[in-house]
Amino acid sequence: MNGRPGNGRPANGWTGAVRWVVAGGLGRLLVVLPPYAWLTLFFLVPFVIVLKISFAEMVSAIPPYTPLVAWVEDVYLQLRLNMANYIFLLDDGLYLTAYLNSIKIAAIATALCLLLGYPMAYAIARAPEARRNGLLLLIMLPFWTSFLIRVYAWIGILKDEGLLNNFLIAIGVIDQPLAILHTDWAVYIGLVYSYLPFMVLPLYATLEKMDLTLLEAAADLGCRPLRAFLLVTLPLSMPGIVAGSMLVFIPSVGEFVIPDLLGGPDTLMIGKVLWVEFFTNRDWPLASAVAVAMLVLLVAPILVFQRHRQNAEEPE
Amino acid sequence: MVGKRSLALFAVLGFGYAFLYLPIVLLVIFSFNESRLVTVWSGFSTKWYGELLGNQKILDAAWLSLKIAFVNACGAVFLATLAAVVIVRFRSFRGRTLFLALVTAPLVMPEIITGLATLLMFVAMEHAVGWPEGRSATTVTIAHITFSMAFATVVIQSRLSQMDRTLEEAAMDLGARPLKVFFVITLPIIAPSLLAAWLLAFTLSLDDLVIASFVSGPGSSTLPQVIFSSVRLGVSPQINALATIFVGVVTVGILLAGRLMNRNESAGR
Repeated sequence: MNGRPGNGRPANGWTGAVRWVVAGGLGRLLVVLPPYAWLTLFFLVPFVIVLKISFAEMVSAIPPYTPLVAWVEDVYLQLRLNMANYIFLLDDGLYLTAYLNSIKIAAIATALCLLLGYPMAYAIARAPEARRNGLLLLIMLPFWTSFLIRVYAWIGILKDEGLLNNFLIAIGVIDQPLAILHTDWAVYIGLVYSYLPFMVLPLYATLEKMDLTLLEAAADLGCRPLRAFLLVTLPLSMPGIVAGSMLVFIPSVGEFVIPDLLGGPDTLMIGKVLWVEFFTNRDWPLASAVAVAMLVLLVAPILVFQRHRQNAEEPE
Repeated sequence: MVGKRSLALFAVLGFGYAFLYLPIVLLVIFSFNESRLVTVWSGFSTKWYGELLGNQKILDAAWLSLKIAFVNACGAVFLATLAAVVIVRFRSFRGRTLFLALVTAPLVMPEIITGLATLLMFVAMEHAVGWPEGRSATTVTIAHITFSMAFATVVIQSRLSQMDRTLEEAAMDLGARPLKVFFVITLPIIAPSLLAAWLLAFTLSLDDLVIASFVSGPGSSTLPQVIFSSVRLGVSPQINALATIFVGVVTVGILLAGRLMNRNESAGR
């Protein structure tokens, strides 16, 4: 709470400790401690445990996995790392296919989101200033209603005898219902629908801040509007494109509800595989190994990337 | 230079809004449909609302979810306020890097991993120290606070970092102690962001299916879990009715919040 910089570091020695307490160090500690302890206990420690269990074997006991460390003949402390789960992940083509497929589906959904979200964000950013907040609120409003219910709404629209097919047949565009529900297309629609706000908001933030005189300058120099867009607006909105794409891509990769409700039996996504491994097969160690692999291959690179960006934005 | 291009732009905008709202509108319309088929209109009826209100399982789950969301939002905002103060004001202390990583990680962590990890921790803890005894509303609340405080922190942090520091400095020059400065000056200024963060945390908790599925026990199914299992069995008009109530409450809430904020802003001017 004490804002003066540079007085929070605990100094060495007893007198230093007293000076530290007097300078507000104790108060600062009391502020730091609750969130730090909470996140460590309920967020960091769980991941250590997942890592641990991914090296265990499944047994039918409570808890249903073997301990890694055991006493052997009362004198040897034995550490058993069971690599079988990871070997199985590599050997069984299902997991690799599911990973690649999740990345493919998330990438296509992100591209579609960008394709729809960019013009929307652009139109809002160039709308009269008084209307912008209202238009933005309309983008965010669906987010406040239940995610599950919004996905559910699409089932009624997309199924064979659903509203979309009924409508298309009624106006004579098709005479056989299109099979959309339980295909990858339904998953794309569901993902774009659910994550569109996360694309539009960061895009709007960068487009709105843009200096419009740059476009005037380009026009004065004889640049046609389309070229000016490609040369000026698009590069300047890159931070928004990157931020929006991340916000859509990351949750899409691990998505479970949308592929489960809208996708078909051949819509393989890693989130669904983990779910089945845990809830249906009750193989906790294998589910943990899937989670660890997912973390290492997907989340860790993204975190490193984000830190780089943050450091670039606010040098400490 | 405008004309045709801006017309195309607004056509896309219109399409986008239609895409966002049409499913919700259809959901609401068909909640008043008489037929069990949610896609064929056969007359106006409110019988699904009656059935919904008679469905004890959904009502129990809704009540439980609201309680969890309430406790979660309070806990998350408390921890997030402290976290935001740490991030914005404590520029250097040992462990800051890890702290920043821990606060941001839940934002990008796939829910399914968070859910699995949290459950495995609860199981290991129960095995080691005997607490928590089985999975219950308590474990769901703890898991929800953990991930929703990350979102709440972002909201509060952005407000806190934009705040005018000279007010605090003035209070401090006049001899106010840091704690008093925080409660008398800082807290009222960032209060709107606390409310926004509270609502966000509340919604996130009310909306969560994946994490709750991992950490809830047999007697503590939350509303999303009950909806999910009934949706898996097929489309049901009762869910449409429930969705309509949801949409109605959210719309009224947002309108009220908007009016309140407008009034505050014009009063502040």
